Amino acid sequence: MSAVTRAPRKGTGRRALGLLLELALPAALLIGYGLWSHRAQSFYFPPLGEILEYFGELWLFDRVGSDLVPSLLRMLAGYAVSVVLGVALGLLLGMSRLLRTAAEPVVEFLRALPAPALIPFALLMFGAGDGSKVFVIVLGALWPILLNTIDGVRGVDTQQLDMARSYRIPLAARIAHIILPGASPRIFAGMRTSLAIAIILMVVSEMVASSNGLGYFVLEQQRSFAIPEMWTGIILLGVLGYVLNWLFLRVERRVLAWHRGARGLSAETATPAPSTPSSTEKTDA
Amino acid sequence: MSLEGVQTVGSARRRTARTADGLPEGRVRRALGSRRIRDLGLKVTGVLTVLVALELCARLGVLSRDWFPPMTDTYVELAKLAFGHPLWTEIGRTLSGWALGIGLAALLAIPIGVLLGSNRTAYRLSRVVIEFCRPVPSVALIPLAVLVYGVGLEMKVFLIVFVTFWPILLQVIYGVQDVDPLVYDTARSYGLPPRARFFRITLPSAAPYIATGLRIASAIALVLAVTAELVVGAPGLGQSIVVAQSNANLPRMYALIIVTGLVGWALNTAFQAIERRLLRWHPSQRAEVAS
Repeated sequence: MSAVTRAPRKGTGRRALGLLLELALPAALLIGYGLWSHRAQSFYFPPLGEILEYFGELWLFDRVGSDLVPSLLRMLAGYAVSVVLGVALGLLLGMSRLLRTAAEPVVEFLRALPAPALIPFALLMFGAGDGSKVFVIVLGALWPILLNTIDGVRGVDTQQLDMARSYRIPLAARIAHIILPGASPRIFAGMRTSLAIAIILMVVSEMVASSNGLGYFVLEQQRSFAIPEMWTGIILLGVLGYVLNWLFLRVERRVLAWHRGARGLSAETATPAPSTPSSTEKTDA
Repeated sequence: MSLEGVQTVGSARRRTARTADGLPEGRVRRALGSRRIRDLGLKVTGVLTVLVALELCARLGVLSRDWFPPMTDTYVELAKLAFGHPLWTEIGRTLSGWALGIGLAALLAIPIGVLLGSNRTAYRLSRVVIEFCRPVPSVALIPLAVLVYGVGLEMKVFLIVFVTFWPILLQVIYGVQDVDPLVYDTARSYGLPPRARFFRITLPSAAPYIATGLRIASAIALVLAVTAELVVGAPGLGQSIVVAQSNANLPRMYALIIVTGLVGWALNTAFQAIERRLLRWHPSQRAEVAS
């Protein structure tokens, strides 16, 4: 949490020391691995320099167009569909008790079904193209958004809703100005969980019946025992996950700035903490 | 978490509160009972609607016969599987990976989490590593796991341990850091020894966080187990789905997908029930109900 680095304002020297402390372990790990791999000459764990060399060769920018971009596009498409569907369905189910009760068992079942199990089904239905991959991503990433939207909608201040109703504000305006803003912190919480799921399912769906993409690349390199190349793919996926998560946090901070302001929370305390049991945030995959 | 659970309990409260105003309790209970029956009816209707819709789509040819057999065929296959031996073996294989993985991850993550949660320097030392390792898409490691461990149970367990370690660790760290300092300082000033402080204060107040971590980990572990079986062919439910598909035995494939979903659903429900039972005393459970 960035709160740790920012909260104490005790001079630059102290802060530099803190930064040094935080970077000590990663540096030690990297150096340790470098030394060990150089000496051990392990087949599975090639030296860092070698991996980096291959990384430059492969990913600057030889395979970016053929593997990275298709992967990202599929993921973003699946994620976008999940967000739209999840919020729309969540609004519907959140506002109607009848529908919510009726849909509950089906939603619970589909949510519990591990999305990769649907890959064979998706392949039959959409063929081996992009459609099946987007479908699998949607079927995994939809649920956290849907469930959090439902909870968010139900958590909207009832006084505001009653007042809006008594002023005869039309439903569309009520949704746009009261329900959606009120539910947005929860919707974002769901979206953040879904982002991680979408990346995972992107990789998995590309590992089965695919001809390009990062998942395909990593598995293919392993199958042809091109170990350093495989490592470049793993590292790239790691960096991708990290960067996308970071980007999402920036966007969330920007979009929900009003929320913190309205509630009188400082930016620090409101950094999205991991799910605590006290909030009913649905983090499960 | 059931979609409706929170509200029904909430409204139950409101109703019991009203009994204090003089409403006869019997009528309230009857009203609550009939509501529960109505909800059950609604749920059954919901499930039936979906099943009938699927059946109709298959029969009328909206969904092509080539890849979507009528649901009734799937049920027959499901019944056949349920009485046959292989299905339960496959479930056992998937679940043994799941259980070993989660158990090992918890054994590793809980002590480390307690250490990092109670020691500021240790936490700061490891923060960057944790923050970096957490969002890494776990499945990227499948090829590595296959190389090092082959395609058996070990590979599955390695993957699950590596991935579920992080959510459990984070929850434990936050749980330990979230211990009420007032309670802790009081205990210290009363001279409670560190051991007792740990078992009587730190551990109980971190317990709900640990439970949440385990519940999240359970869902992830199942996804990983099925993925590993599906992608690299480790024995288990995922592999048998692929086998059924490549044999063009579609009813069996759909039956197995349903079974996988049911396993996931059963694990979810079990975790929630245990959590609720064991942590009934904790405010977080009450807060969740009251919100």
